[in-house]
Amino acid sequence: MKVLVPVKRVIDYNVKVRVKSDGSGVDLANVKMSMNPFDEIAVEEAIRLKEAGKAEEVVAVSIGVKQSQETLRTALAMGADRAILIVAADDVHTDIEPLAVAKILKAVIDEEAPGLVLCGKQAIDNDMNATGQMLAALTGWSQGTFASELDIEGDSATVTREVDGGLQTIKIKMPAIVSVDLRLNEPRYASLPNIMKAKKKPLDEKTAADYGVDTAPRLEIVKTSEPETRKAGEIVGSVDELVAKLKEAGAL
Amino acid sequence: MQDHENDEFQDIRDAVRALCAEFPDEYHRKIDEERTYPEAFVDALTRAGWMAALIPEEYGGSGLGLTEAAVIMEEINRAGGNSGACHGQMYNMNTLVRHGSEEQRRRILPRLASGELRLQSMGVTEPTTGTDTTQLKTTAVKKGDKYVVNGQKVWISRVQHSDLMILLARTTPLSEVKKKSEGLSIFLVDIKEALQSGMTMRPIPNMVNHETNELFFDNLEIPEENLIGEEGKGFKYILTGLNAERTLIAAECIGDGYWFTDRVVKYVSERNVFGRAIGQNQGVQFPIAEAYIEIEAANLMCRKASRLYDAGQPCGAEANMAKYLAAKASWEAANSCLQFHGGFGFACEYDVERKFRETRLYQVAPISTNLILSYVAEHVLDLPRSF
Ligand SMILES: Cc1cc2nc3c(=O)[nH]c(=O)nc-3n(C[C@H](O)[C@H](O)[C@H](O)COP(=O)(O)OP(=O)(O)OC[C@H]3O[C@@H](n4cnc5c(N)ncnc54)[C@H](O)[C@@H]3O)c2cc1C
Repeated sequence: MKVLVPVKRVIDYNVKVRVKSDGSGVDLANVKMSMNPFDEIAVEEAIRLKEAGKAEEVVAVSIGVKQSQETLRTALAMGADRAILIVAADDVHTDIEPLAVAKILKAVIDEEAPGLVLCGKQAIDNDMNATGQMLAALTGWSQGTFASELDIEGDSATVTREVDGGLQTIKIKMPAIVSVDLRLNEPRYASLPNIMKAKKKPLDEKTAADYGVDTAPRLEIVKTSEPETRKAGEIVGSVDELVAKLKEAGAL
Repeated sequence: MQDHENDEFQDIRDAVRALCAEFPDEYHRKIDEERTYPEAFVDALTRAGWMAALIPEEYGGSGLGLTEAAVIMEEINRAGGNSGACHGQMYNMNTLVRHGSEEQRRRILPRLASGELRLQSMGVTEPTTGTDTTQLKTTAVKKGDKYVVNGQKVWISRVQHSDLMILLARTTPLSEVKKKSEGLSIFLVDIKEALQSGMTMRPIPNMVNHETNELFFDNLEIPEENLIGEEGKGFKYILTGLNAERTLIAAECIGDGYWFTDRVVKYVSERNVFGRAIGQNQGVQFPIAEAYIEIEAANLMCRKASRLYDAGQPCGAEANMAKYLAAKASWEAANSCLQFHGGFGFACEYDVERKFRETRLYQVAPISTNLILSYVAEHVLDLPRSF
């Protein structure tokens, strides 16, 4: 079985996000970018499937700006076998919308014929949480979202899903799209020899046009703003004072 | 960790950071408190291939340059660790790779790459001659197919946690050479064997958790196949290690500098006194900004030194200047970090006092600030010699 893992280049989770002065989005010029953390978990799971003898090949794919090849190299250094870069934007600020990404991925699936797609449940930049689901709709494959456990046996997969209020276990038919959640695994860090090997692994470069997909945005961002800064707290001297303050604030 | 744009070494940085993240502040604090060696950390670095970065691929390493090695060391210190526990293998490596024989390379390098052996020690400094290296008193006299070593070394680090040491000794008496830098030779010493046959070791308790020792040689026999390069040219060869050491330690200071500025920026932004963040005061901001500027500048010089080194060009001046700038910058950063943590800076649980002690070393070792100034004055600017 071949496993396809879509990975997205996003602003690094350690970076303090700054909104552009015109409110059109987040400033990404000269900012540290990394692989979307949920996608790292997907890559890790795919490699584990390969190590367990349940997958033969792990193919990482990224759709975005040319610099996404760094993200793909990270996936290759972790252990993916090869990578496909689909250049769909020139400006680092262009976010390809989930539907366009799903359409391109569908085209890649037609070409590559994987038995499983493992993707992150969402990207930490826009939190859309949509690509996996849209891809399942476009392909007509089964979907298991928010996976915190995954077990593949023959032509079905058992997926434990993290849902509000607990865990739900479902059994789905393969081929399938599985979107992964935080607790599925702990991704490995790349070793130096694997980083060196990754530089020599195949990385195909294509464009969105090669797949005939129009990536023009359908959504318009009206405004982006920073969260309100938290107001300084106040230390109260006694329970009575606390109760009085809470009443004053209308919280009691 | 402060925002930093991606640079060309991002893959290395990310991977080293991810490894270091498994060894949090508490780990390094405990190691310091107990004055033990960070075995688990160095093992993890070895297993992930980082300690073999400089070993050519044909001998099982990754064939990277000093530039990448500097990035690795920087990231370790930036993550709160202390590369002092393991940088010896990085700065010694090219002495063996560049000047060792093919037989020595084949015999040693694959075992260093696999982690079976460690080459963490370099024996240069002596108690009576200090920085005046060419005057060193330790002798190695050829007898048959062996060299017999007598003398004494001091401040020789990581001997208890290394298998091999590169030793500098005089093979031709000073009175018989034309230039004082001639007649010195370097040897590969098997530490475990040597400790049974003529070398004794006395650990030196010190201000930082840096395993370092006095060594005494009483007729230690070294087989002639462990002479590196040609006899008498050891001073030239040892410079390969010394220039690498200065450049790497510059990178470590830069890593420390970022650690200090990251920590102090966070602290002064959150600490409220007189009803506002202390970081709002320019008296607090400016020393931090100044240190940061100096770290960034030192970084440029460090890169220049490592690029020259990797190109096989002379880099003594740049390596020295990088170490000077970086050690000064990290010290300024350390000082402001400690100062603006107020009393909390002295509490071990903030790690500031530990890093403060660790980075202070680098104004003295591996070469003191004064000696760099005199090197630049007399060897770069051609001012009259003072000694
Ligand atoms: C923790 C630690 C680890 C070490 N590890 C190693 C190691 O692994 N291997 C190794 O070989 N060495 C090691 N060293 C030794 C280190 O390189 C020396 O301590 C350093 O080079 C200074 O030499 P010294 O201590 O003999 O000082 P000295 O040469 O005695 O100098 C003392 C002071 O006098 C100043 N001074 C001397 N001469 C002049 C002058 N002409 N003009 C102006 N100022 C001058 C110096 O700048 C210095 O501040 C280590 C040292 C320490 C502290």
